[in-house]
Amino acid sequence: MMSEIVIHTENLTRRFGDFVAVKNISFDVKAGEIFGFLGANGAGKTTAMKILCGLLSPTSGVASVAGFDVYKENEQIKENIGYMSQKFSLYENLTVRENITFFGGIYGIDRKSLKIKSEELIQRLSLGSEADKLVGSLPLGWKQKISFSVAILHNPKVVFLDEPTGGVDPITRRQFWDMIYEASAKGITVFVTTHYMDEAEYCDRVSIMVDGAIAAMGKPSELKKQFEVDNMDGVFLQLARGAKRSE
Amino acid sequence: MKVFFAFVKKEFWHVIRDKRSLIILIGLPIVMMLLFGFALTSEVKNSNIAILDFSKDAATKTLVDRIDQSQYFTVNKYLHSENEIEGVFRKGEVRLVLIFPQNFENDLSKDKKKQVRLVADASDPNTANITINYASAIIRDYQNEVNENKKLPYAIEMETRMLYNPQLKSSYNFVPGVMTLIMMLLGAMMTSVSIVKEKEMGTMEILLVSPMKPIMVLISKAVPYMVLCFLDIILILLMAVYILDMPIQGSLVLLLAESLLFIITTLSLGLLISVNVNSQQVAMFISLVALLMPSLIFSGFMFPIENMPLPLQVMSNLIPTKWYYSIVKAIMVKGLAFEYVVKQTLILVAMTVFFLTVAIKKFKINLEV
Amino acid sequence: MSSISINNITKTYEKGKVLALDNISLEVKSGELFGLIGPDGAGKTTLFRILTTLLVADKGQATVAGLDVVKNLWDIRKIVGYMPGKFSLYQDLSIEENLNFFATVFNTTVEENFHLIEDIYVQIEPFKKRLAGKLSGGMKQKLALCCALIHQPKVLFLDEPTTGVDPVSRKEFWDMLDRLKERGITILVSTPYMDEASRCDRIALIQKGKILDIDTLENIISKNTQLLLAVKGEERFRLLNDIRAYEDTLTCFAFGEENHVVLKSGTEKVDFLSKYLADKKHKGVEIKPIEPNIEDTFIKLMLESENAQ
Repeated sequence: MMSEIVIHTENLTRRFGDFVAVKNISFDVKAGEIFGFLGANGAGKTTAMKILCGLLSPTSGVASVAGFDVYKENEQIKENIGYMSQKFSLYENLTVRENITFFGGIYGIDRKSLKIKSEELIQRLSLGSEADKLVGSLPLGWKQKISFSVAILHNPKVVFLDEPTGGVDPITRRQFWDMIYEASAKGITVFVTTHYMDEAEYCDRVSIMVDGAIAAMGKPSELKKQFEVDNMDGVFLQLARGAKRSE
Repeated sequence: MKVFFAFVKKEFWHVIRDKRSLIILIGLPIVMMLLFGFALTSEVKNSNIAILDFSKDAATKTLVDRIDQSQYFTVNKYLHSENEIEGVFRKGEVRLVLIFPQNFENDLSKDKKKQVRLVADASDPNTANITINYASAIIRDYQNEVNENKKLPYAIEMETRMLYNPQLKSSYNFVPGVMTLIMMLLGAMMTSVSIVKEKEMGTMEILLVSPMKPIMVLISKAVPYMVLCFLDIILILLMAVYILDMPIQGSLVLLLAESLLFIITTLSLGLLISVNVNSQQVAMFISLVALLMPSLIFSGFMFPIENMPLPLQVMSNLIPTKWYYSIVKAIMVKGLAFEYVVKQTLILVAMTVFFLTVAIKKFKINLEV
Repeated sequence: MSSISINNITKTYEKGKVLALDNISLEVKSGELFGLIGPDGAGKTTLFRILTTLLVADKGQATVAGLDVVKNLWDIRKIVGYMPGKFSLYQDLSIEENLNFFATVFNTTVEENFHLIEDIYVQIEPFKKRLAGKLSGGMKQKLALCCALIHQPKVLFLDEPTTGVDPVSRKEFWDMLDRLKERGITILVSTPYMDEASRCDRIALIQKGKILDIDTLENIISKNTQLLLAVKGEERFRLLNDIRAYEDTLTCFAFGEENHVVLKSGTEKVDFLSKYLADKKHKGVEIKPIEPNIEDTFIKLMLESENAQ
């Protein structure tokens, strides 16, 4: 099961007029893998991720997510992925429970199992009475944990995380990564886009995009060895120095 | 002073670079003037009229011709029996039916009383009233001509004069109204939104942590909008005079001076809003709902205040637009001098002082809530 | 001589319901590059706003360059430079226009203090006609720094200047701060990134409105005498859970590919741990003692502070 390929791209390219946002990128991500998709602002991360989420069509190349083609089967892709971003995740003026019900409903979970799932989730996160508080009143770390749980509530094949753990304290951040590991152990593929290199260290494998192309790919330990540095920041600095374009 | 000019310059950049605010500033007055002037006019022009003529003589023919030639009516149907009247109204083909009795000319020349009947579609009462008035006026004129050489023994002559606006032009009503509304909208809304925008964008935070006095920030934000509002007043007046043929009867200088006062009133209202709210949306909402709506209702421009229940009449006194509207009408339409608008002017001054004082008192020199 | 002095500052929001700063005291020396390090919601921005006269503390006093933040409000506003956490320049004005405007607001001109911003400004000068809203994160940051510096402030307050910026721009930014420090400007900078602590002269670790420790990075870490083990294995998640379930484990947190483990018994019983993991059929297990880093130390101080409550 671990060898099943969930995200597949081959020479994927996206142009906006004369501008090539994504240039011939090719990679495979396996089921249950935590894949870090790194790059500076404007390197093409967001465009590539939009293509994989079925929100944008590529100009040329091949790409499939959860076995569905990004050109033709966008709707099926959307049903089989989860998405969480630090910028938008939950409605601040709804309670935790209402948020879970709402997002579960969007992903077509029927009411009966949604109720069970939502109680399970509230228990697992040991939210207790906080479950009926407005999300806006909760600390950032909790919001992140809840929104991740909501993103995988419908058991997607892939979950996309956009800079998920910026700004939280080291313990909360690790609790968050514990949840990601757990999801990955269950077979959910985790696709993390970020430019925080310390988040990259937690991934099974990372790719680093520079000027729309993938400049390096591999396990964090391998990359650090290859570039003779002791952290991912060092790897990134060496690769990004040669970058020509900034936003 | 240098700081002030830098601020004014910056403010103009904001306005010029934001297409939406440019459209509101220049487009809105033009569109409103044209809309009220040509599309939403309450004047009646070329109303369809049907004739039911039981006489068919020279007198009725002359009268029908006159009615048809007037700019107010177009005769588009001749009826043959009273049964048809309801049908044409139902179909909405005409607004008015004019019915001549038998032997009209004959009886008229013999000094016999003769009734001409006018039937109007009063589903729109205003228009019905106006069309009836126009038609009666034409008939009365004709009657006067015919009777010129004779003195009727029992004739009661009735004469109505429309003072200040003999042609019943609606521009006399709406130009002051549009001026009032535009000033309220631009003065209060644009100013409050532009100040709140600084709060929302976080630039207010930097301005506060500068040696610039907060009150200077407020004044520098308000002045560019004062200039823009004043330009709008001039634009509206130019359109009124040259496009809508509406003369300014009284003193232009006085009118402009009063307008400037009202601009300051609306700006101080804008400042008052901006010191109390923290988001552009709320500022916009308050300006539209709490200012524009009452202005529209209570200025006297759309609905006559005398017809309102007493509590609402009392309330209307609190709305600055009511006073400015009455000033503009007095100067522009009636050609009255300053002594006739002293009361309104003083009320506006008092309101402005009040708004400004509260705004300045409530203005915070830091981010405390 | 201290440039910033904070004595027992307490600040609450919503009529005392939310405690943002809890009896904080702190001294920043003149010419120092001082880092305030802690996660979002720790109270960093509140402290900055109190020091820049934007908020008034409930209790306690603070002075900046010897001036009281409440009584000498207007004098302070003349001598501090402030870069708020959110990008706070006019998005619809160009680089040049923003800079000129802020220079005028602070009663100066760009020419007068150009020497201060020159080496930062030359990096964004090629785009000086571009609107600020269209700049990349790194360039926005440089422009904001120029604007905060234009009136030659004595003390510079930078609230999370490197948040949301890529590593290259972050490194460049810290290099710029080093050069400003050489000019004698006192700099108080906040950041949620622990790794940036190494760029500061001294740091304060802050969490939930409380200061966990104030010292140089080296001293803070050297005070952490916990014996730390790095444990690596093939099945990362199972390994993490198994170590946590182990009776001798005090704490175990993931650190990238490794797990950082503190045993109740110190390092004496490492062999027992490796046997335990072997029994659980873990493959490729490597255990080695390591020196704690700033994040390990922050976690330790956080836990201690929570236990103390």
